[in-house]
Amino acid sequence: MITTTGLTKVYRSRGREVTALDGVDLHVREGEVYGVIGQSGAGKSSLIRCVNLLERPTAGTVTVAGQDLTALAGRGPRAGKELREARSRIGMVFQHFNLLSSRTVQDNVELPLEILGKSGKERSRKALELLDLVGLADKAKAYPAQLSGGQKQRVGIARALAGDPKVLLSDEATSALDPETTRSILQLLRDLNRQLGLTVLLITHEMDVVKSICDSAALMENGRIVESGTVSELLATPGSELATALFPVGGEATGDDRTVVDVTFHGEAATQPVISQLSRTYNIDISILGAAIDTVGGLQVGRMRIELPGRYEDNVVPIGFLREQGLQIDVIDEPVLVKEGAK
Amino acid sequence: MTWSEMQPLLSQACWDTLYMVGWSTVIAVVGGLPLGVLLVLTDRGGLLQNVVANKVIGQVVNVARSMPFIILMVALMGFTRSITGTTIGREAAIVPLAIGAIPFFARLVETAVREVDGGLVEAVQSMGGNTWTIVRKVLVPESLPSLIASTTTTIVALIGYSAMAGTVGAGGLGDIAIRYGYQRFETQLMWITVAILAVVISLIQFAGDFAARSLHSRGGKTGPAPKLRLLKAATADTKTV
Repeated sequence: MITTTGLTKVYRSRGREVTALDGVDLHVREGEVYGVIGQSGAGKSSLIRCVNLLERPTAGTVTVAGQDLTALAGRGPRAGKELREARSRIGMVFQHFNLLSSRTVQDNVELPLEILGKSGKERSRKALELLDLVGLADKAKAYPAQLSGGQKQRVGIARALAGDPKVLLSDEATSALDPETTRSILQLLRDLNRQLGLTVLLITHEMDVVKSICDSAALMENGRIVESGTVSELLATPGSELATALFPVGGEATGDDRTVVDVTFHGEAATQPVISQLSRTYNIDISILGAAIDTVGGLQVGRMRIELPGRYEDNVVPIGFLREQGLQIDVIDEPVLVKEGAK
Repeated sequence: MTWSEMQPLLSQACWDTLYMVGWSTVIAVVGGLPLGVLLVLTDRGGLLQNVVANKVIGQVVNVARSMPFIILMVALMGFTRSITGTTIGREAAIVPLAIGAIPFFARLVETAVREVDGGLVEAVQSMGGNTWTIVRKVLVPESLPSLIASTTTTIVALIGYSAMAGTVGAGGLGDIAIRYGYQRFETQLMWITVAILAVVISLIQFAGDFAARSLHSRGGKTGPAPKLRLLKAATADTKTV
């Protein structure tokens, strides 16, 4: 649904060049919620702004719903008619909502429809329908200043949906909201994704956002995508930074001559009593340093950090046994500092 | 001078002032608003970025603003005659008043429009809006409270300028105060004129503040109380007239 190839954005100011995007290849499938996570300055904002060409990429192409937007861009900084039409089919929500304070809630939602040249009757029908969808039917005549942050974002979402987009871009939509409100907004995005078949590309610095609604995720660092895939693929990738951050387990080795192993269970393997089998088969004592079961991207996943006596060399066979059971095994050679969520 | 002598003089003067200031305000707004918006749009990083146009407009505005009004009035005489057919009287005074006020208002518009959150512009761009849509639906409506405050400031400034319009026989309150009050020692008349001017200016300022505030406070919760800011802006700007 959204594909970028070799997307590069270089900012030039006073002779200095800053590469915000460095050859980003992104592929968002139709109907999925795709999260791009990274620290501030990693290039997430530039990436999402390049998708609807609010920022002109220096190189590379952007294709949304089969349409090559970069080809529509023209040369100057101004957006031509075709690009503007394409943009009207891509909804966008913003961190700071960006509602017009001079307009009522309903008029804010009608704005994209005014741009599309719809009649007054059609506009108000559509706007009220959308406000109902986001649960704000009773606030149609209120001004944005009278709303809470969560309500403002709901208006922002209703407005983004006014043009019946197939794609929704969310630029840190929940970053200015408290945790409770964040959950309700994410729930709304998830519902819209399911009900309307909306493809959602969101950027965030909060791992929880990815954990609660994303089907796929990508990790950005220094303008590049360093990891990407569906959440289940990521969890199945040994050493995946995203998987570790999505699903951290704590616990450090109790001594030097110990081997620490992270065991990730998903699907069938989760039902097998592997740890006790391991203990009985090799007659070793296993300590559990940390364990958790959680739902990530709608999948039930368990992760356990266990400690085996002896160094890695002594435990090659038991670890092999675990691998044979279809479990994902990550050996922690040294007590790795658990990444502080990719903030 | 008795009251019965002063009364017709004053009422004519009031009317003349309102006539000149009213028309020149209308022209200043019509001319200054697009100019101010253009100053923002053509600036570096603006939607219609054009460094050359921006520099040219900026310089024209600066030169026009730096010219003392009385000089401007004389300098524009030829132009005034070509428009009104005369260089004397109320209509003739409107031309230099308006021309003097256009760049003044344009700068105030520029400041007001610059304060509009860039995120709103981006939002409308993401909906597929073009530059004209952004001007109409975002820049102007969102800066309306400030634009009204700027208009108030411009009216007050124009009342000040209009005192000099007496030089071309246009009359008005300022003219009465100078000719009768100052030059003919009719101190009483001078004070009455000054009092009327004070009342008129207070009323205009009050009405402007009220309009700006009621727009600003739509929705009850507001940012900083606009009154203080508006008054400050007004005093700061009238000094440069």
